[in-house]
Order: sequence, then C-alpha cells, then structure tokens
Amino acid sequence: MTKQTFWGYRRENNRVGVRNHVIILPLDDISNAACEAVANNIKGTMALPHAYGRLQFGEDLDLLFRTLIGTGSNANVAAVVVIGIEPEWTAKIVEGIKATGKPVTGFSIEQNGDLNTIRDASRKAKEYVHWASEKTREECDISELWVATKCGESDTTSGLAANPTVGNLIDKFDAQGATTCFAETSELTGCETICATRAIDEATSKKFLDTWQAYMDDVIEAHKTSDLSDSQPTKGNILGGLTTIEEKAFGNYQKIGKKTKFIDVLEPAEAPSKGPGLYFMDTSSAAAECNTLQAAAGYVVHLFPTGQGNIIGNPIMPVIKLTGNPRTVRTMSEHIDVDVSGILNGELNMDQAGDKLIDMTIRTANGRQTSAEALGHREFVMTKLYRSA
Amino acid sequence: MSAPDFLVHDSTDTVGVIVVEGIEAGQELSGLLMDKEETVTITSLDPIPLGHKIALGDIKSGDMIIKYDNKIGKAIANIAKGGHAHTQNVKTNRW
Repeated sequence: MTKQTFWGYRRENNRVGVRNHVIILPLDDISNAACEAVANNIKGTMALPHAYGRLQFGEDLDLLFRTLIGTGSNANVAAVVVIGIEPEWTAKIVEGIKATGKPVTGFSIEQNGDLNTIRDASRKAKEYVHWASEKTREECDISELWVATKCGESDTTSGLAANPTVGNLIDKFDAQGATTCFAETSELTGCETICATRAIDEATSKKFLDTWQAYMDDVIEAHKTSDLSDSQPTKGNILGGLTTIEEKAFGNYQKIGKKTKFIDVLEPAEAPSKGPGLYFMDTSSAAAECNTLQAAAGYVVHLFPTGQGNIIGNPIMPVIKLTGNPRTVRTMSEHIDVDVSGILNGELNMDQAGDKLIDMTIRTANGRQTSAEALGHREFVMTKLYRSA
Repeated sequence: MSAPDFLVHDSTDTVGVIVVEGIEAGQELSGLLMDKEETVTITSLDPIPLGHKIALGDIKSGDMIIKYDNKIGKAIANIAKGGHAHTQNVKTNRW
C-alpha cells in the first residue's frame, strides 16, 4: 500500500496540526467572560469557556493544569492568550504552553479589572491572528497524524458497522506508523480481559487491567446506588437496542480493529511518549470529557462513531461523525460526515467502509470542516476527580 | 441473497440484530451469519425495532445470552425463538 499524506501546519516543536486556531483560554470559570469578550472583539479567535479552575487541589488540580496546558499545546492551535483571575496559576499555564515554542501570553484580572484586561488581551490576540493567518500548510506523511476515537449514543449498529469501520482505519493507519488512541475505561466492562490481550506485552496488559479495576473500585463501586443498568448503557443506547454493558463493551471494542496492539496506557490528558502506535487512555465514557482529554494529549483529529446520533464536537479538534444506522442518517443527516449504513444491507464491505473513512479523515485533515465544526459544537469539558476545597 | 433482515456476528451467538425498520410479529425474516456468510430464516414473534435483538432459538430463564461469541448477559425470563430479547428479559452479569 502506498503511503498516504495530508496537508498540515508544522509547529515550532515539529508536531503537525490540521487547524490553525488562535485560542483565548481561561484559567478559571470567572475568567470566561473576559475571554469571550476578547474573542468577540478579535475575529478569527475562539474562547474556550469551562466550568472549573478554582480551589482545586492535588491530583484534580494536576489534571486541570495538564488539560489546559495540553489544549494550548495541541498542534491545531497556532497561538494562545491565557486569562486567569490571578497571575501565579495563569503563569503556570503560560509556561507550560511556552515549552512548545508557540506564541503565548497571559493576562490576569485581579487589581486590573475585566475592561483593562480585555483591552490588553485583545491587542495581543489581534497580533496573533495576523501572525497565524500567514501560516501555510505543507504535505505531511500520515505517520504525523495523531488520531483519537470514542463512540457515543451507540446502538447495536455501532458494533456491526460504524465501530469496526474505525477499527479498519486504525489497522491501516497503524501499519503506516500513525499515533492513535482509544479510551472509555468503564465502557470496556465485560470485555476487559479480552481487551487486555490486545496489549503489546504483559506489563502493558497488567497496566490496562489495573487501570480498569481502579476505575471500578474508586469510581463505580464507590459511588453507585443502583446496578447502573439505567446509565451505562444510557437511555439512548437502550432505545437503540443495546441491553447490557457487556454488549456495549464488545461493540466499543470493535474500534481498535483486528490486528493493532496497544503500546501503552495513558493517564487522562497524558501525551503519548512511546512513539507511533495505539494508546489506551483512562477516561470517563462521557463524550465531551473524553474528547477534551484526548485533544489535550495532542490528538488532532477525532473519529466518532454513533448509532442513535450523538452530536458532540470539540473546539480545537475536528470530530468526524460516522454512523451505520440508516434511520440516524435520515433523521440527523446534518450531523453525519460518513454514512456506513451500507454495511447493514451488504452494499458496503468493511474494507470499503474503512477506505471511505480514511478518505474523509484525510479531507478533514486537509481543511474540510466537519459537521460538528459547521454546526458550532465546541464542547470543552474538564474531567473533575473530586470536589474542590 | 437479498438484503438481510437481521445480522448475526458469530454462528455461536444466541441472538441476532434486526437491521431493517418496521418488523412486525409473524414475519418470516432472513438473517446473515456474518462469520460463515450463511443465511438463516426465523419467524418473528414480536414487533422488533431496528437495532434490537431477536432470539435465534428458545432461551430459558437463567441462560447466558451469547453475542460476539461472548456472554453479554443472562435471560431473566424465557424467550421463545423469534422473540424480542431486550431489557424486559435480559440482564447484565456485571455491575
């Protein structure tokens, strides 16, 4: 097979992005208003409001920092303005992003006020927009494309069609040295031991099972008040015909293909560090939380199979939606980028479906706007490990 | 064959997935065993929506439900061949 290429933006640290965003990144919830004002003033920028950042501590605070720094560091982002209420944590985010070599400046609001901050940050944002808008794309090998996946509002057609289509792409991209990622710890419940056999070695397999068990013990068992049959599978999953978590898990598992081995287990928002290959990331199965963590780890394109029709997007990472459910194609066509419902009636085989998704992935990497981008879906959601102080 | 009414991931599975809309009780359905590319026929006992499961044989309460050649839950009521297998008669083994 000939190597595939795409047109991307090569950043200062040699990583390749497929978008060229100038983002206005709040450190904390109370800086959202200033960020949104700057983004309104300066066209071509985007604010990323979120709900947290105050009085977090310990591992939860580390995750906040890792998510914000990772988001700013993502190769889809050309330059960053950070705004926080106070200077110290703001500077921490700025310094973290600065390690990539990209332009980043922080502003803090205390003893300055929103209006002065917005004025100063807007001037910097305008400078960044001019700078970023002169960046040009160059042809890059597919091995430089970092691709993440997660499914949502799955139904039984996900396991039959859309998820194995992603799996077909993962197998083909893995052979070309791409860096890929799957996640959703609780959603592998029922096929966790089979999934563990797909690890590259015994140590990685154990790390995966330990991660899964810790999620069960610390999150699910610690907080559950029922058998979870009403939330995992979700009500939408059940409407679509999925009955149990095991059934959902085996469908989910189809996304990693038939051959590819995963080479490491990542903490939430942790950047892969073992070179090209498939990684598993420990995340919740809630779409916006999972996608935000994958983008923060550096993934630049997302493959999102859906059954009943999840509408998720991400502010900095294009999310490509595919479905095998012909009814969803009919009722929610504006959300679907790739229709693989032909698998159900025999019009499309898995190899053809995989190639169709690869074609759309490369077109999206080259600049085609996804349905989620065109519709303005910019869900940016922090994973919170426990209550703030 | 013409387009199947239901698909079966593995020939060891005890349920198949309806892949067309509007299945009513009493219809003769054709299904595809995806691993063997063989066709099977079953008469539906219930209306079964797109994406929902049909029992491929008589399933007794307490039996494991097999899909993807693996256990995906257990029957909590008897399900006759051609019946609709879902939350009313199938429950998780986990959680």
